[in-house]
Amino acid sequence: MKLLTHNMLTSHVKGVTKGYPLIIKATEVKVNELDFNAQFVSRMIPKLEWPALVQAAEWLGQSQELPDTLIPDYENDEEFLRKVHRVLLEVEVIEGCLQCPESGREFPISKGVPNMLLNEGE
Amino acid sequence: MALHCGRACRQYLLHLAHDNVDFRLAEIKALLSLRDRPFETPETFKEKSPFWHLNGLSEDDIRSVMSRTVCGKSAFELWGHGKTTEELRRSLLEYPSENMAPYLQQNSTYKINVYTFNKTLEFKDRIKKIDALDFLPFEGTVNLKDPEHIFCLLEDYGTDPNDIPEEPVYVYFGRWIADGQRELIRSYSVKKRHFIGNTSMDAGLSFIMANHAKVKANDLVYDPFVGTGSLLVACSHFGAYVCGTDIDYNTIHGIGKASRKNQKWRGPDENIRANLRQYGAENLYVDVMVSDASKLVWRRNAQFDAIITDPPYGIRESTRRTGSHKDIIKPPEDFSGESHVPVSMAYHLSDIFADLLNFAAHHLVLGGRLVYWLPIYRPEYCEEMVPLHPCLTLISNCEQTLSSHTSRRLITMEKTKDPEDSDSLAHLADPRFTPYHGHNSFREKYFSGLTKKNGKNAKVTAENED
Repeated sequence: MKLLTHNMLTSHVKGVTKGYPLIIKATEVKVNELDFNAQFVSRMIPKLEWPALVQAAEWLGQSQELPDTLIPDYENDEEFLRKVHRVLLEVEVIEGCLQCPESGREFPISKGVPNMLLNEGE
Repeated sequence: MALHCGRACRQYLLHLAHDNVDFRLAEIKALLSLRDRPFETPETFKEKSPFWHLNGLSEDDIRSVMSRTVCGKSAFELWGHGKTTEELRRSLLEYPSENMAPYLQQNSTYKINVYTFNKTLEFKDRIKKIDALDFLPFEGTVNLKDPEHIFCLLEDYGTDPNDIPEEPVYVYFGRWIADGQRELIRSYSVKKRHFIGNTSMDAGLSFIMANHAKVKANDLVYDPFVGTGSLLVACSHFGAYVCGTDIDYNTIHGIGKASRKNQKWRGPDENIRANLRQYGAENLYVDVMVSDASKLVWRRNAQFDAIITDPPYGIRESTRRTGSHKDIIKPPEDFSGESHVPVSMAYHLSDIFADLLNFAAHHLVLGGRLVYWLPIYRPEYCEEMVPLHPCLTLISNCEQTLSSHTSRRLITMEKTKDPEDSDSLAHLADPRFTPYHGHNSFREKYFSGLTKKNGKNAKVTAENED
């Protein structure tokens, strides 16, 4: 699971009102080098929940010194875009789980794939 | 008028493949709209003809369409056309010589092809047709192997193979500009793909869907019923980042029984990511997840540029969602995931489409497109059965016939309005959804036309249809 996906996921456990962001508990994290794509990152940044991204990167020890608030004029800051690219697309949780911050329900991640299924009645 | 007769008003001829005929117009229109260009044709335009005459475009527009289309074979700058050879000759003589001159120069090389639709000409007849064009001021040298300029005489002998006329019904002459992407149908064939399933979408239709959805580089595309990811493969070819979800743990993880003949179990690394890697697009893989399309796992304001999907109809893949219900479907015996298996229950087709449209209304960017297949029981079909949503505008509705009484329709909708609270329940009272009420409603109709005698054969056909 990449942090771009994590940034868009929320808990859907019944009755939960504050299910975002899901807490990441990783037992295996991998970094896959990818060709840098400034355009895609620039397109995605305004759609992100920035604090959740910074938080997620910190959980995985991949903070890349990202600032707490989004910098203005980020489109022209290649160094910044490269850091965001790395956090969004290169860092991957291979094994671990996502935890609902309110109910504590855990969603396992296995071989890089989160399983978001709930049991009946949840 | 002088204003209209610069480079901009040149005419172009599009030669289309004669399969997936119902999907062609929507594809070409979508590709033109990617460049904000209109689809303009003369009044004589016939959608079913293999030759389309297009106006109001530039050569760059045409090149851009040809770089994406799998319905279009080739495109030409149209120099002349007519119902007879004589009409063609007159039309060619009227074509501005300054438009022709750059391609006819003395130091250039060229060749002339003859293409006939619905008739095969003998070699000597082709040569005769080429010789008859000698009134054009060709000054260059013929080079059949590697010419700088290629010209083509295209002859249309109608569409009825049982009634081929002696003389063509229409003839065109033009300068070849570019070929379409028909080659992708072969190079992305499911036969050669690493990871496939029983219902993997064939390559041609997958590319058509990506084109109808106007998927482009750096888009984020989502498939909520991702299966083995055929649609994501096509979207990634056009440079989009892709993600998908499916309720089937085994499919997402590529484990369990294989879909290929002569192969019992899926091998290691049979998954969607490996499929993208096969075509050099692994960098565009975002994620796939095991998830239930009826549950809201995405945050409220998460947005996709396109949603493109082939929902299960209960014919070859069961329609399922999680939850408890009386008719519990037993989990597969070879399931090897986590110890607890959430109980699946029937997912009514009407709910699938209502959920899908609602999801698209909330999670598409404005102007983003939803492209999906709607199963149709043909004796009952009417246009009003296509589900609507106040935030989504219907763009196209193309039919692929599956059997005498069933088909599926490729529905393309565009988000034209952000949802308000009043929009969310609009579909529930909608009578359009009744044909899809009841689990297996389509499945029952699908098999209803079969008698005992032909039942077996028809079932086999349905299963082989992709």
